[in-house]
Amino acid sequence: MQFKARVRVTLKESILDPQGSAVKRALHGMSHDNVLDVRIGKHIELTLTADGPESARRQVQEIAEKLLANPVIERFSFELSEAGGEER
Amino acid sequence: MKVGVVVFPGSNCDADCYRAVESFGVDVRYIWYQDHSLGECDLVVLPGGFSYGDYLRAGAIARFAPIMDEVAVFARAGGLVLGICNGFQVLLECGLLPGAMLPNAVLRFRCESVHLRVESTLSPFTCLCRPGQVLAMPIAHGWGNYYADDATLDELERRGQVVFRYVNEQGVPTSGSNPNGSCRSIAGITNERGNVLGMMPHPERACEAVLGGIDGRWVFASAFEFLSGGVALGRMHLAGDGARH
Repeated sequence: MQFKARVRVTLKESILDPQGSAVKRALHGMSHDNVLDVRIGKHIELTLTADGPESARRQVQEIAEKLLANPVIERFSFELSEAGGEER
Repeated sequence: MKVGVVVFPGSNCDADCYRAVESFGVDVRYIWYQDHSLGECDLVVLPGGFSYGDYLRAGAIARFAPIMDEVAVFARAGGLVLGICNGFQVLLECGLLPGAMLPNAVLRFRCESVHLRVESTLSPFTCLCRPGQVLAMPIAHGWGNYYADDATLDELERRGQVVFRYVNEQGVPTSGSNPNGSCRSIAGITNERGNVLGMMPHPERACEAVLGGIDGRWVFASAFEFLSGGVALGRMHLAGDGARH
């Protein structure tokens, strides 16, 4: 079976995000003064084959823990969906 | 005494490190990132650069290069490992050193000369320095904003693992002398045992007067002094527990 995982990696709340701050300043410069906070993260899409959703989920969890996110500064979450059996 | 300089795809300070070591008359060779052995080595240098283009996070992909398993085994056995700039980032990513790097707080690549204060002379890499000695070295990085949580930082300070701090010319850490926003102006740390050093500044680029300074020689000279047994082992973290030297 083929699955698609959409992984979101975000900085922990305690970590300052200089990129987000710069974007917030730019938005204020564009008179979007009501924007209170901007945080920038990463969106990563994985397409993978697996026997079933459980094994796919376990594998994506491991991939995210080991490589996609650095647990010292980042958190991650992901959604998994069956990739409609499309063959490539 | 033998030194190995690891070459990753995207390393760009490997030749500088090679030349710096060579200038001490010490045996040096390159180690390819896909090798599964370090060969005979007393000091392993992870050089600066942009391994794997800094994709995902600086150092995140290089840590899974085959040679890094060997570097980890070598480090855990007490072998000396020096990670400079991208090498420091790789050491953080693979967990040989605590903490992580964030993009510079100023959001700019900083390429300039900075001053460092030697915070600990217990490290093999600073054993010839005076405590509080101020060294001038270049930096060149976009991801040098060292981060660790307060508990980890307190531990690092308590155990003397903070080896270098960014300071001004007078040796005082100020917000202006911190080029990247690093927690507590930290520029270099060791592991608990002291045999693994990561630092953002480039000692290998400050080993010849023609390059603008020779303060980087203190780092290499200390390591070689330590390795040749010239420094009383009683002073070192590495004393006891079967460390090689």
